[in-house]
Amino acid sequence: MGPIGANEFLFILHGLKWTALLAIIGFIGGGVFGILIALTRVSKSPAARATAAAYIGLFQGTPLLMQLFVVYYGVALLGINVSAWLAVAIAFTLHASAFLGEIWRGSIQAVPKGQTEAANALGLHYVSRMKDVILPQALKISMPATIGFLVQLIKGTSLAAIVGFIELARAGQIISNQTYRPLLVFGIVGAIYFIICWPLSHFGTALEKRMAKAAR
Amino acid sequence: MTASDNTQSMLISLEKVEKWYGAFHALKDINLTVRKGEKIVLCGPSGSGKSTLIRCINVLETIESGQITVAGRVLDGSGKAVDAIRREVGMVFQNFNLFPHMTVLQNCALAPMRVRGMGRAEAETLARKYLERVRILDQADKYPAQLSGGQQQRVAIARALCLEPKIMLFDEPTSALDPEMVKEVLDTMISLARDGMTMICVTHEMGFARQVADRVIFMASGEIIEEAEPDVFFTSPKHERTKTFLGEILAHH
Ligand SMILES: Nc1ncnc2c1ncn2[C@@H]1O[C@H](COP(=O)(O)OP(=O)(O)OP(=O)(O)O)[C@@H](O)[C@H]1O
Ligand SMILES: [Mg+2]
Repeated sequence: MGPIGANEFLFILHGLKWTALLAIIGFIGGGVFGILIALTRVSKSPAARATAAAYIGLFQGTPLLMQLFVVYYGVALLGINVSAWLAVAIAFTLHASAFLGEIWRGSIQAVPKGQTEAANALGLHYVSRMKDVILPQALKISMPATIGFLVQLIKGTSLAAIVGFIELARAGQIISNQTYRPLLVFGIVGAIYFIICWPLSHFGTALEKRMAKAAR
Repeated sequence: MTASDNTQSMLISLEKVEKWYGAFHALKDINLTVRKGEKIVLCGPSGSGKSTLIRCINVLETIESGQITVAGRVLDGSGKAVDAIRREVGMVFQNFNLFPHMTVLQNCALAPMRVRGMGRAEAETLARKYLERVRILDQADKYPAQLSGGQQQRVAIARALCLEPKIMLFDEPTSALDPEMVKEVLDTMISLARDGMTMICVTHEMGFARQVADRVIFMASGEIIEEAEPDVFFTSPKHERTKTFLGEILAHH
């Protein structure tokens, strides 16, 4: 058994950096595309709605691991030479956009109909109606679910290890193999995930409770 | 009055309007003209089509046949006509429908900025003017949830007035209010009426109808059953259904 010194710990923190980056990119990219998916999902055109529904269904109905593989090997098949990093970022963005799109679709539809009617009666057009009136309210409604998904996404980044990406979990595995102290190493890695995810989860639940109270 | 005077002063006209919700016939052969400055009170039992009728005027509902003309503009299904008509028509809803995430001032300034292309400063000046008009300027920086129902409804009126419409539609503006707040909203509406605003009000406030209306229209099952000046309407209604309805309403008040 080897010791767990500063070097080993730094290596794990280095993995954490990639985990955080991956989650942030997935969340931001997924957020941007997710809004588009949500808007398409509630648009007037039945064809557009069906397309968005299919997209959401595809990503919700398959394991994230498969999505990672498909994107990772898929872009390579297309003859595009991208780094593992970019491929994984694309996969997480697509994955997150489908889930966030579905969460936000529900929140948009949860905004009372009277809000759209008032906006229409005032002559507001689509962009203003969405940007000024509906989306701010929908995003607020969606906060607990959005935070819940962010937590899932952070934990889901560990799957990127499969395609050779050294994020937090994979870094832990490497150190564990070097030092033969799996329990200690994965204890530390688990604690790091927990320190990030638990406050977020807690915050989401608190928000949800506060909103439920306010709605009464 | 010549024929051209007549069309000039005509602000709203509905001709042979038919409206269906699927298999349900919601409006049946509605014919109605409203002259500039006229105040109409629309009443009738629940489900008779009152909301549907006034919502057709600002195109919150579309019609299956017939023709609607507002401020000289025929509703021909084009987006331009819809825009033009919505600029001339303000609407006040039973549940206020204020934007909860915006302050009172922001609620009022939004449409002038987005629809009339005003800058923020100009729009807010206009908003303050109409908040003053409904006597609620002191609440300008609050959020709707911090106001009483009556105050919220007055803000909703100010918000509609900020587009400086020619016509105001009211859909049961006092029905969701606690009794002690009804008066402040009715007073605001009465004062609007005195200033010459053209108004169509769906309401069961018969005191308001007597005081303000030029004509009272009674609807039932999607049809206009009877229309008359308030005096005539309340004292000698012709139709059996109107009598029954008035009996019920007056018994409640
Ligand atoms: N979107 C809709 N889809 C189907 N039916 C509808 C819809 N909106 C209204 N209706 C029906 O049309 C009829 C007229 O409705 P409307 O809301 O105009 O009545 P109202 O006279 O305003 O009644 P109330 O006094 O209850 O407000 C009702 O029977 C209602 O159920
Ligand atoms: Mg109604």
